[in-house]
Amino acid sequence: MLEIKDLHATVGGTEILKGLHLVVEPGEVHAIMGPNGSGKSTLSYVLAGREGYDVTGGRIIYNGEDLTNLEPEERAAKGIFLAFQYPVEIPGVPNSTFLNEALNAVRRYRGEEEMDKIEFIKMLRAKTKELSMSDEMLKRAVNVGFSGGEKKRNEVLQMAILEPTLAILDETDSGLDIDALKIVADGVNALRSPERSSLVITHYQRLLDYIVPDKVHILAKGRIQHTGGKELAHELEAKGYADFVGEAA
Amino acid sequence: MSILPFIEGEPIAGRQLIGQDLAWLTTRRQAGIERFQKTGLPTQKLESWKYTRLRPLDDTRYLPVDAGGTDISIDTVPSVGDVAARLVFVNGRLRADLSDISELPEGVRFDTLENVLAEDPLWVEANMGSVAKDADQAMLALNDAMMDSGFVLHVQKGKALTKPVEVVFIGGLTDQAIAYFPRNLIVLEEASQATLVKHHVGHGRAEYFANSVSEIAVGDAANFKHYKVQAESIHAAHVATVHTRIGRDANYEGFGLSIGGLLSRTETNITLAGQGANAGLHGAYMMRGNEHCDNTSYIDMAVPNTTCNQVFKGVLDDASRGVFQGKIHVARDAQKADGRMLNKTLLLSNDAEIDSKPELEIYADDVQCAHGMTTGQLDTTALFYLRSRGIPEALARNMLVQSFLGDALEEISDENVREVFLDRVVHWLPAHCFLAGEWKESA
Repeated sequence: MLEIKDLHATVGGTEILKGLHLVVEPGEVHAIMGPNGSGKSTLSYVLAGREGYDVTGGRIIYNGEDLTNLEPEERAAKGIFLAFQYPVEIPGVPNSTFLNEALNAVRRYRGEEEMDKIEFIKMLRAKTKELSMSDEMLKRAVNVGFSGGEKKRNEVLQMAILEPTLAILDETDSGLDIDALKIVADGVNALRSPERSSLVITHYQRLLDYIVPDKVHILAKGRIQHTGGKELAHELEAKGYADFVGEAA
Repeated sequence: MSILPFIEGEPIAGRQLIGQDLAWLTTRRQAGIERFQKTGLPTQKLESWKYTRLRPLDDTRYLPVDAGGTDISIDTVPSVGDVAARLVFVNGRLRADLSDISELPEGVRFDTLENVLAEDPLWVEANMGSVAKDADQAMLALNDAMMDSGFVLHVQKGKALTKPVEVVFIGGLTDQAIAYFPRNLIVLEEASQATLVKHHVGHGRAEYFANSVSEIAVGDAANFKHYKVQAESIHAAHVATVHTRIGRDANYEGFGLSIGGLLSRTETNITLAGQGANAGLHGAYMMRGNEHCDNTSYIDMAVPNTTCNQVFKGVLDDASRGVFQGKIHVARDAQKADGRMLNKTLLLSNDAEIDSKPELEIYADDVQCAHGMTTGQLDTTALFYLRSRGIPEALARNMLVQSFLGDALEEISDENVREVFLDRVVHWLPAHCFLAGEWKESA
């Protein structure tokens, strides 16, 4: 379903991704690990279509369609979701309004009917409860005054509502204590199904104890350097990146 | 060369003027003309007018209202809804058919200046000019000379208006360019309460020049909320001069929303005259095209133990221009003064411009005062965040603009008024597809 071919991408004129290949089949969870500066976040932004992250070569095919020239909102409507490493605070916009607008926008794009408000609130309450979030967090402005863990849970809540077919988690584990990590992982695992795939970008193996990947890739110098099964993450944790990248990273 | 080159004909002689049989008023008009002859129109050499020039007055000759204007049918009059009374002026003249002042509570007078001049001239004589005294203000002098409309709000000691009173000024529905000069007199006696909402709107395609003066006396322990929407047409020059005096333990809350007008300026002068007096003076401005909006204020913390707070936020698109000049003056003996001032502007275009000048002038030594200003563009990370959730770019931009202005509007303590003003903000936005109802839940 996701096929990245020879992807080259620049940020501010500097080439960060230098011929990246990756194939993720439906239902699979892939982990991308790599040292700082290897291009992990760039990959996630390029997939989500962030302005300033320019594809200079190669293709991103998703469900048979080239995503390269699509706007971020179009990609979202096609089922791509990026959980941010640093979720953005938006003062004055209530979280529930934001979630409702997002869901309705995606539904409109897909030619589906907007969800009735009462139905939406019901659904929202149920999902909120599953993630051990308080209703209070729905009334508050988007991410404003949220702790690090609450922000990450809010990302997973958005994911649970939009039900993406490809979820990209960009260092979602950073700054989480073990309890929050479990809640986040449970939220992600709850979405696992034969149609949905995930790309879990992480620096540490810890998250992968809870979200068990089908494949682990090591990204360095803008390319996938090595691919293995879930055991690769443990190997990495023990040995460090140097063995896989060819030099000390 | 005429005294007022931008006004057709003689300013006073031979015209039907309100209160023209009152000798004191004729004297005031004459003195106004004489002061204006000395000052002329304000130029950018004056510090308080450094960033604003009354350009529309250069090449337009406006007719005074008594010479022009017909009673045009008006379909909709803006309103905050449930009000105690309403006065509507169209093209500078009262429209009795659209106004209703029949159900005012006891102890409250709310009427046109013209009527109060006829019924109680001594009261007007005693109050007019008691707060607005600045002899150097050209636009005040001009209004002194030319006043032709406006209203009086007088609340007696201990009386409270539970619902707002509302005044609507509609301009632009004339064949020729016209000028009008509303003079508003607001007196809240000791321990009284009132809320006033003013709407300035423009229809039609005629040029017009509105030069208004409001004098506000807030008595000891009184509470006055003063809200204004400036939504004039693109053919309008709107100049408002406000003088407010706030007594001991009294509270003043002012909010001005500016969303129209080719050229608009509100100059507010506040004196915190009694201990425990508090003033909130807030506003939001949203400009596009080549609109120019100036908010200038001077707050004098004249005695000890007073507080004031200002939050002004604006959004400027296209080649529009905003001006914020705020000065808080703390007098030598005004210890324990607490003064805050904040101006933030969002520039949506590279051609938009803001001139922001917050100033503190402090002569006392035991005070807490702070000011700040910022200018920025829409946060690209926030924009990407919203879009990555499927929200289309236009809607995402609107959400961020509303988000930006939100905390200024939060300063409006009257919930009903805040909702109406938020609705105004939403309708200013391009293709206002945002769910206003949803938004209001947060307020």
